[in-house]
Amino acid sequence: MAGVDSGTSAARPNPFARNWFVTGIWLLLAGYLVYSVNALGLSWERISTGMGFAGNLLDKMFPPNFSRWELLLGGLIESLEIAVIASFFGILVSLFLGLFAARNMMSGWVSSPVRALIALCRTFHPVIIAILFVKSVGFGALAGILTLVVASIGFIAKLFAEAIEEISLKQVEAIRATGASFVSVVLFAVMPQVFSRFLGFATYQLDSNLRNSTMVGIVGAGGLGGTLFSAFQRFDYDFVAAILIVIIALIMFGEFLSNLVRRIFK
Amino acid sequence: MKISTATPLTAIDRHWQRFTLSQKLSRYAVYLVLVLALVLSIQTVEVIPEFFYDAPEQMADMFTRMWPIDFAYYPVSVHDAMLETLNIATLGTLLTLIFAIPLALMNASNVVASPWCHWIARFFLVSSRSVNSLVWALLFVAIFGPSVIAGVLAIAFRSVGFVGKLLGEAIEEINMGPIEALTATGASWAAILLKGYWPQILPAFFSIVLFRWDINVRESAVLGLVGAGGIGVVLSDSMNLFEWQRVAMALLAIFVVVILAEILVVNIRKRLL
Repeated sequence: MAGVDSGTSAARPNPFARNWFVTGIWLLLAGYLVYSVNALGLSWERISTGMGFAGNLLDKMFPPNFSRWELLLGGLIESLEIAVIASFFGILVSLFLGLFAARNMMSGWVSSPVRALIALCRTFHPVIIAILFVKSVGFGALAGILTLVVASIGFIAKLFAEAIEEISLKQVEAIRATGASFVSVVLFAVMPQVFSRFLGFATYQLDSNLRNSTMVGIVGAGGLGGTLFSAFQRFDYDFVAAILIVIIALIMFGEFLSNLVRRIFK
Repeated sequence: MKISTATPLTAIDRHWQRFTLSQKLSRYAVYLVLVLALVLSIQTVEVIPEFFYDAPEQMADMFTRMWPIDFAYYPVSVHDAMLETLNIATLGTLLTLIFAIPLALMNASNVVASPWCHWIARFFLVSSRSVNSLVWALLFVAIFGPSVIAGVLAIAFRSVGFVGKLLGEAIEEINMGPIEALTATGASWAAILLKGYWPQILPAFFSIVLFRWDINVRESAVLGLVGAGGIGVVLSDSMNLFEWQRVAMALLAIFVVVILAEILVVNIRKRLL
């Protein structure tokens, strides 16, 4: 009843105490910043001269030049084709690989090598995979499709395996108790539990393949990226601006579509 | 008392349906569009079948050329280029924060209420994410010439969208109690940000930044292909000279660094969250 303020502030810990661990991290970062700027040879003059060129470049990019729209449309359609085909085959292969990689469905000697394969697909950036495919199957859409199939496997098979590992095993046990074969167990006990999550992954992957299909062309694997890169090399900056606008519009449209699909299947 | 005078049960449709008709129709429409898109794409895509049948042979040929890996090339130029790549990734990630934190604050509806601010922030975040890092690199190479600075800026501009979006979501999820308490004491907005918001998003902040750093290590390895510095330059040079054993060395170095970065980030994030 008495002293509300009897235990003075000295006894109470400071609620805003300094977190020394975080302070240490900031100090480390500041030290790194100084080191790396020196190591990379960055200087302010370099940036300020660049800024002049940036103004120059923007000047040349504006207004965007859509006069070669046939070339643009051709690249765009090829990008779309690459994305659609690669997503289909990538998702199809991922379905099986994801199942084989799930540790609660398969024994270790099956799942471990499959997991290693998936990890290998995920480690390399799509562009590096694209280079290897361009060298082996030649320029064009095929290299792009194969690249994005590999990229899809690396991403989606992993997520799918994780989804399967999280399912409830009760249904699996129940179906198994009826004497069902392995295929029936997968179809009637596993799939119903993971199907909606899998749809989510699939739309995400379609979206991401759409983005990447505009990029693999830079190394010769077909699509809008190739058009963009050659426009860059010919210093056609107004055409570059047109292509960039189309790419951004395409990606926003893809995001809109995948949101729509997600809403329909919610 | 009998209740048989009530309407007979048969009049009610007892057939249970999981989805309404419109739900079913829209689902079938999605399937139809997907199948159509696939069929059209396969019919019209320009693929030379001979190249496809030939692919396994060509791949085998490529891998035999890569073997044995030229380990002697590592100290010559791979080591320095790899360090440069890591520096590009790290510096780019740090530079991103300068742009991403203000945009995240603008995008969070519990910090800034004005819808105009949200739209402006969202525009920058989406356009940063829509343009691929290689395309950003091409733009910056056109501005700064082939150099490391183009790579750093490409990584930074590409990451803004990702970091800003996730950080904005993290800010929106915080507990508003401490903010209210601080406001009641008459604290300035800077104090509210630093002592109210910041401690709550700290774990999410480090986790997002580390996650992006991991992605950036992968991305900065390829920026060199368009001249933006790092291991990609070594890779593309060796490839243009058909030095496949050196290409294999560069690929192996990338593989090892990416795996190590991922292990590091996964372990740190496990402790953070």
